[in-house]
Amino acid sequence: MQYLVSVINDTADLATPDEMAAIDAFNDGLIAQGHWVFAAGLAAPSTATVIDNRGEEAIFADGPFLESKEYLAGFWIMEAADLDVALKLAAQGSKACNRKVEVRPIL
Amino acid sequence: MSRADVRAAITEAHREEWARVVASLTRRFGDLDIAEEAAAEAFAAAVERWPADGVPPNPGGWLTTTAHRKAIDRIRRESKRDDKQKAAQLLDEGDPPGPPDAIDDERLRLIFTCCHPALAMETRVALTLRMVGGLTVPEIARAFLVQEAAMGRRITRAKAKIKAARIPYRVPSAQDLPERVAGVLAVLYLVFNEGYLATGPATDPVRHDLTAEAIRLTRLIRELMPDDGEVAGLLALMLLTEARRTARVSATGELVTLGEQDRRAWDPALVAEGQRLVRERLAAAAAGVAPGRYQILAAINAVHTSARDIRDTDWSQVVALYDQLVRLDPSPIIALNRAIAVAELDGPEVALAAVDRLEDRLAGYHAYHATRADLLRRLGRSQQARVAYDTAIELAGNTAEIAYLTRRRDQLG
Repeated sequence: MQYLVSVINDTADLATPDEMAAIDAFNDGLIAQGHWVFAAGLAAPSTATVIDNRGEEAIFADGPFLESKEYLAGFWIMEAADLDVALKLAAQGSKACNRKVEVRPIL
Repeated sequence: MSRADVRAAITEAHREEWARVVASLTRRFGDLDIAEEAAAEAFAAAVERWPADGVPPNPGGWLTTTAHRKAIDRIRRESKRDDKQKAAQLLDEGDPPGPPDAIDDERLRLIFTCCHPALAMETRVALTLRMVGGLTVPEIARAFLVQEAAMGRRITRAKAKIKAARIPYRVPSAQDLPERVAGVLAVLYLVFNEGYLATGPATDPVRHDLTAEAIRLTRLIRELMPDDGEVAGLLALMLLTEARRTARVSATGELVTLGEQDRRAWDPALVAEGQRLVRERLAAAAAGVAPGRYQILAAINAVHTSARDIRDTDWSQVVALYDQLVRLDPSPIIALNRAIAVAELDGPEVALAAVDRLEDRLAGYHAYHATRADLLRRLGRSQQARVAYDTAIELAGNTAEIAYLTRRRDQLG
């Protein structure tokens, strides 16, 4: 079973060197224990472009699809047997990146 | 067998077997929704068939077998409709129902799943009352003062989340147990309280099935965690409260207040067991382990159950314990209960001033108005007391409490 662990940021700050080091160590652990699937950090929401091609012509819009104080700063995809395992890993991830995270099962 | 006997047998089977049937089906089919629906269908079948066919010699076995058959029917229907092999595979892989003692453990599994921290507190309580306690959705809705449809949606969403997010069906590991237990205790205390002051207009005023179930499950958790002070505290609190159960409702179905209860009717074995647990926790507190809220509440009840007569109650001790509790939990309900003790120590006038300060937060709570009504009555302010009784009667859900409040109101000069 795979879970998406989203990193929620509520400031414009990027990860500090200490946070980056903690994230790397956490990722090494994920890989060693077989929980790692994928992870990435994202550039600021202001760099986003929204595309709507449901009509005749693709429309491009500058900025994120949702303006909000909190935004997605990065994510992990983790392999975990059940939600208890995923919640434990997510709690460690939250500590490592020093941000709130959200866990959602991937269908 | 008369119709009344059959009805009583069905009621008893529901009380004794509901959680077992749900737990065993959940274990077998890995799906709370299927378990709940099939269990409900099995009980509906009992209501339909037992009056004609007679009560089976082993009602629990009949219900479990019937529920398993209903669940398999549903899975077959769905697998036909969805053309999914997955459901059919479940039938081959599922464990057969275990022996009775293993099923007891399954109920514990069911509790930990229903009380999972990934669910909101109100959802945990609702789910535990439905799945473990066997309350109906309307009963639960009434207990939490929400609409039936909203409560139904809450339970449906919870079941869907458990399934989709794969909340495991198991007792947590020793390492995770302490924090998971705190969540379970909060739920069990709410279940106990629903039993001790049942809210339904059609239910008994005291639902011994729920109080007994809460006590039984708390005992089970104490076996698992004998060193946890709050588990011991909650069990003691429940036992000392349950000990007064039979004295609490009169022959005419009216609530009897603590001061008016016949203390000889209290259950001495439950009092002794509860007080033994409180002494055990007092010894731990003396050794420097800070007591939690259940231990303090149990200690308050130990003071009450130590007094042969209401006049012998050590009210200063009760108020001191409430002071300790307020520091731990500054909720308005604790403050209200503290004020009731203050009335005995410092008089109703002082208590009324304290109660009136809670109006903003407790205006919708029947006990707030019942407490005010009683204090106003004692102060001879009949007119105001009558208004407070009217509001309390309107908000109260417990039939025995309504009868008591109504008599008190009608006796006002």
